[in-house]
Amino acid sequence: MKAEDSAPHEDVPHDKVPPADPAGGTAAETEPAATGRRRGGGRAGGIAPPSWLALFFLMPALLLLGFLVIYPIVFSVIRSFLDASGDSFVGLDNYTGIFQGHDNLVAVRNTAVWVVFAPTVVTIFGLLFAVLSERIRWSTAFKLVVFMPMAVSFLASGVIFRLVYQQDPDKGVLNAVAVGVHDTIKGGTGYPGAGPHAKTALVRADGGAVVTTGAFGAGQTALVPLLRVKPENLPKDAKPAAQPPAAKAGQVTGTVWFDFTKGGGGELDKPNTGESGLPGVRIEAVSGGKVVAKATSAADGTFTLKKLPSGSVTLRLPEDNFTAPYGGVQWLGGTLITISIMVAYLWVWAGFAMVLIAAGLAAIPRDALEAARVDGATEGQVFRRVTIPLLAPVLVVVLVTLVINVMKVFDLVYIIGGGDPTAGVLALRMWTESFGGGNDPGAGSAIAVLLLLLVVPAMLFNIRRLRQERS
Amino acid sequence: MSTAGTQAGTAADAPRPGAGSAAGAPRRSVVARVVGRVGGGAVQAVLAVIALFWLVPTFGLLIASLRSNEDNNGGGWWQVFSKPSQLTFQSYSALLDKSDFVDSFWNTVLITVPATTLVVVIASLAAYAFAWLEFPGRDWLFLLVVALLVVPVQLGLIPVAKLYGQIDFGGFKMAGSITGVVLFHVAFGLPFAIFLLRNFFAAIPRDLLEAARMDGGSEWTIFRRVVFPLGGPAIASLGIFQFLWVWNDLLVALVFADPSSQPMTQWLQSQMRQFTGNIDVLAPGAFLSLIIPLVVFFAFQRYFVQGVLAGSVK
Repeated sequence: MKAEDSAPHEDVPHDKVPPADPAGGTAAETEPAATGRRRGGGRAGGIAPPSWLALFFLMPALLLLGFLVIYPIVFSVIRSFLDASGDSFVGLDNYTGIFQGHDNLVAVRNTAVWVVFAPTVVTIFGLLFAVLSERIRWSTAFKLVVFMPMAVSFLASGVIFRLVYQQDPDKGVLNAVAVGVHDTIKGGTGYPGAGPHAKTALVRADGGAVVTTGAFGAGQTALVPLLRVKPENLPKDAKPAAQPPAAKAGQVTGTVWFDFTKGGGGELDKPNTGESGLPGVRIEAVSGGKVVAKATSAADGTFTLKKLPSGSVTLRLPEDNFTAPYGGVQWLGGTLITISIMVAYLWVWAGFAMVLIAAGLAAIPRDALEAARVDGATEGQVFRRVTIPLLAPVLVVVLVTLVINVMKVFDLVYIIGGGDPTAGVLALRMWTESFGGGNDPGAGSAIAVLLLLLVVPAMLFNIRRLRQERS
Repeated sequence: MSTAGTQAGTAADAPRPGAGSAAGAPRRSVVARVVGRVGGGAVQAVLAVIALFWLVPTFGLLIASLRSNEDNNGGGWWQVFSKPSQLTFQSYSALLDKSDFVDSFWNTVLITVPATTLVVVIASLAAYAFAWLEFPGRDWLFLLVVALLVVPVQLGLIPVAKLYGQIDFGGFKMAGSITGVVLFHVAFGLPFAIFLLRNFFAAIPRDLLEAARMDGGSEWTIFRRVVFPLGGPAIASLGIFQFLWVWNDLLVALVFADPSSQPMTQWLQSQMRQFTGNIDVLAPGAFLSLIIPLVVFFAFQRYFVQGVLAGSVK
């Protein structure tokens, strides 16, 4: 009946909108067959099998869906209005309870953060990867690498990222990189806790820094003895302390060393044999409150400050020589933990977004892009004005799928967060409340029903999409 | 519309009498080629770094699994570059000597294989009915299946746990059994499976089925001899999906399995409480648990990608 006029209409969307969504692509091909069949049903009625036969084919699926999916939905809704023991009706208490108590509120907040940011960020990365990988020859290899984590369980991903996020920069690769970058930019760490000897007259502590008590003019040498250097902070390349080299005109030389002789002995304020120089200490010459020269001590602790102005200077060893070393970021502490888990999620799901978007890109007619280029559009304009609008349907499908998925994220938070309530999300709270110690199926059911309500828009989106494909 | 605007703009900017677009085109392409070559290098570099970001974490797990606990706690895995002698299979052999780990591996297999097979068979039957049989309410029933696609697993946990608790056939208790875990996975895998397969089955040329029906083949024969074999690629996609989903599951196992039926993920999770002290168990365990899905993925990645493309809703 409608088949005749529906056929021409069908071509319109499929021509203009390149595979709106990949699922639609498959379904679209089926369309002629489907409509044809509906008409043919009446005509070739003799061949069509009786409808009761369908029941045999559907029975196993219907039984399982009925008992293990549909019945639970009904049961959960009812259960969510009952108390922990399931005996008495408590109205909406379980639902209002989701928004009460510290852990619950944190979980609600985190779920909101997840739903808003994770799908968007993953889609943006997927889009970037898909677009960029079109320009390289090894795009297949690249896609395989990025897509690979999709096959890995959240548990294994969790273990992988627990290793990556380890706090100790000697163990966690991320903090190792962070410390490496930090030290390259801000200079290596020095000697935390080190400082002047109580009895020395040569240097004194000045805040966190160390300054010489005396002033030095050009051609003079300075001795800078330090104590309380921790053995593990003493670099392997440190050499025995040497006497300061002779200072030339306009220079002040000196030695900064560990004024401590192993086994005792040695003279105070003199670089005796057996005492180690302190390499890598930063020394500043200060005159009238201004830094006029800088130097760094060598392996034997000697240093030379050059091109000094006339007049005397004091030497200062700035505070950063003695502060504790930069220990990297605490990835799994405080509010950062949710972001860190999202990074792991991105690692797993970026490939999914990339593959779907790449398929969408491949289906964009080259003529459309070429036409825009011939018209003088820059690559940026082509991307923003042509590619993105044509990709919009695919991007929506990716986003919707990810939102549904993010809503259910459990394993990754459970494994990387290690039960830390700061990382909690609703899907995890649901499990904790009902199985992981909470023992309150009422509260758990309420969270489960809330999760269902949150995905209802996605459900309607899917149904609408299906209807559009069919009509 | 916007492109038309740009076109007008460039035309006005370049008032070359007579030259027109003929002169403009080659000029542009030379510039584009140069930009493309320089930009291409940058793109290559950026993507190489990204690929490294994606590979390093897994590589770190592999190396950590090949070092002793002392070495792992003494420094990061990258130390093997300077001390290759740290590499050892010690953690693996110790792990494989643990009978509860080995049991959990077999439990994973015993859960995954039936859960995958059953979903494929049951969903194929249903999808055939939805695609090629006429019955009242078919469209509504299929819409219901589509609606169920997005139902979170969380919704089933409490009610099904209660339901299983009541099932006890003279000695066989559903609660904590492998069967219970399998059936739950099958049920929640069905909506996606039916959706995927129906779309594929419906694309089978009608003539093929008509011919078979004319020849007097029963629906069962047609399903077995025509539709099921033709659905190969879709069934492969579905099988891989379901396999990975079940193999990698933790939540369903946590709720429905007990220590005798727990899969690998659950066993590993129980070792997580002490992370740093347990790396010699967790790293090789996690690696063993991901190596089979990874092999499946690389062997059948074409079907896997097809599945992703066809059913991005779950």
